[in-house]
Amino acid sequence: MSAPAVPDERVAAVSPVRRLLVRPELGALIGAVVVFVFFALLSSTFRSADGVANWLDPASTLGIMAVAVALLMIGGEFDLSAGVLTGTTGLAVTILATRFGLNVWLAVLLSLVLALAVGLANGYVVTRTKLPSFIVTLGMFLVLQGLNLGVTKLLTGNVLVGGLVGRSGFDSAHLVFASSVVLGGTYFKVSIVWWLVLTVLATLVLLRTRFGNWVFAVGGDANAARKVGVPATRTSMALFATTATAAWLVGTITALRNTSAQADAGVGDELTFIVAAVIGGCLLTGGFGSAVGASLGALIFGMTSVGIVYAGWDADWYKLFLGAMLLLAVFANQFVRRYAERRRRS
Amino acid sequence: MTDASLRTPDAAADSGGDGTPLLELVDVGKHFAGITAITGASLALYPGRVMGLVGNNGAGKSTLVRIVSGVQQPDEGHVAWQGEPVRLRNPRQARGLGIDTVYQELALADDLDATANIFLNREISRGWGPFRVTSSKRMRREAAALFEKFAIQVPASGTEVRQMSGGQRQGVAIARALLGGSKVLLLDEPTAALGVEESGHVEDLVLRLRDHGVAILLVSHSVDQLLKLCDDLCVLRRGRMVGVYSRRDLTGSDVVSLIVGADAS
Ligand SMILES: Nc1ncnc2c1ncn2[C@@H]1O[C@H](COP(=O)(O)OP(=O)(O)O)[C@@H](O)[C@H]1O
Ligand SMILES: [Mg+2]
Repeated sequence: MSAPAVPDERVAAVSPVRRLLVRPELGALIGAVVVFVFFALLSSTFRSADGVANWLDPASTLGIMAVAVALLMIGGEFDLSAGVLTGTTGLAVTILATRFGLNVWLAVLLSLVLALAVGLANGYVVTRTKLPSFIVTLGMFLVLQGLNLGVTKLLTGNVLVGGLVGRSGFDSAHLVFASSVVLGGTYFKVSIVWWLVLTVLATLVLLRTRFGNWVFAVGGDANAARKVGVPATRTSMALFATTATAAWLVGTITALRNTSAQADAGVGDELTFIVAAVIGGCLLTGGFGSAVGASLGALIFGMTSVGIVYAGWDADWYKLFLGAMLLLAVFANQFVRRYAERRRRS
Repeated sequence: MTDASLRTPDAAADSGGDGTPLLELVDVGKHFAGITAITGASLALYPGRVMGLVGNNGAGKSTLVRIVSGVQQPDEGHVAWQGEPVRLRNPRQARGLGIDTVYQELALADDLDATANIFLNREISRGWGPFRVTSSKRMRREAAALFEKFAIQVPASGTEVRQMSGGQRQGVAIARALLGGSKVLLLDEPTAALGVEESGHVEDLVLRLRDHGVAILLVSHSVDQLLKLCDDLCVLRRGRMVGVYSRRDLTGSDVVSLIVGADAS
């Protein structure tokens, strides 16, 4: 009766090449290497230590966001309010510290509370109404954009709030969020450390924790996940809160660096985060992607934005270049998926 | 055989049941806004026996499965577990007793590999507080052991379930149900979407489960398959239970006429 356990050729180990090819971050890794070599050949400044520090800087703030957005996208959701929220949190820090005279640390803490409230509101509405997060967070995006401008003008009569320098707690907060680390005579922004730590942390969470498992499962098929008792709603809420927390970190970093905040900061960045995550291998349909990939996507952005300037080109070419990268990444992803899925039908 | 012997609803209990059934449905019914999904259903599941559940579309098979798995509650009759009446309020409670279900749509997480699917939401982890990490190696080992025990031919790790064949996916879904050590396994049309060869693999698996003492409720449209796998057969027609019959008393044409009710008209 019991069939003998004959080895089945379908069980044969997946070839290492195939395994590598279906890794989400492979495309972004190749892309990052190509972009680096390209600009390194064009400009010696680009490959100098100072140059590296220069392009790691924009990569880091973008990377912090891209990693969080990648987690959210793997979990099957979008957050279009993430960009403008970096503006909101920066404004909150600046306004609370300068117009209300709060200690900068207290202002930073209250800004975090605000960010979490926004993130949880996004998550609550999305999970309760089952509306696409695309629409819900687009609403939040407009609400925040209006608030940023309205409240800032109301309180300060201006669209730029400055004067953080010298406030109590500024120096220590600046040290933590906005200082530079000297490494072999080159100044590296401390945000790079934040970015690397968060990338490692997100990767560990995704690949080595129960929560990480839930994220993949909920993003792939929330109903299937629910059937085995995965707390899908809580998982989504946590992911929205994570994105909001990342936005708070970036907003705080930016405000402390500039010692001021602008009412229109962050608007439009939300798409850049998504593009970086997609270049990093995230699927728009959820359930697939990687934090390292998103960081590599951010690195490509950072290298390109700075590399174009070093190469002496007009910065207008930046967008064209990124558009091409995005399309290339999406085609490559699709190709790899098809390649992987062919096994199922064979 | 005579029509009268065909209509003996207790044939199964006479022939198969040694003592108290593991799980019993007593006169169970479920209605939805004017529709009788099922009524008057009584059947008993025993360790190491396969009960087939057959009937045309809309006969009430899935409803009955959902009642046993705790997804829906009957509004007539009751369910008994090892002789004691129980209310199965939710799937978790049913699973707690050892009643596991493989749904028609499998409900697998396509983006995870077999091990991750089997351990989804019951991951083995080690460490402390917020620093708990999953023990991938241990889970992989346990999944592989489970596959080996039941000769399920599936790569335990490294291959997304999305990339697997229909039979392999069924194997993963069944293995997931078995992980907790199930006593009763409900299979809702496990081979409906499979080719001949793949169906054969799943059928062999069902028999191996039976040999390991699992009580099985198998929903199927295939008369051949039911005759091959079942010890007893419960026939439903348009929301009513026609009867429970011993496999030994049935031929293929008997089953067909019971399903369509040709002899009743
Ligand atoms: N949730 C529900 N609401 C309303 N009617 C239902 C529901 N579930 C099942 N039914 C009805 O009950 C009958 C039996 O359904 P089902 O148990 O799915 O049959 P089967 O699985 O045998 O095809 C069908 O007429 C179906 O339309
Ligand atoms: Mg059905």
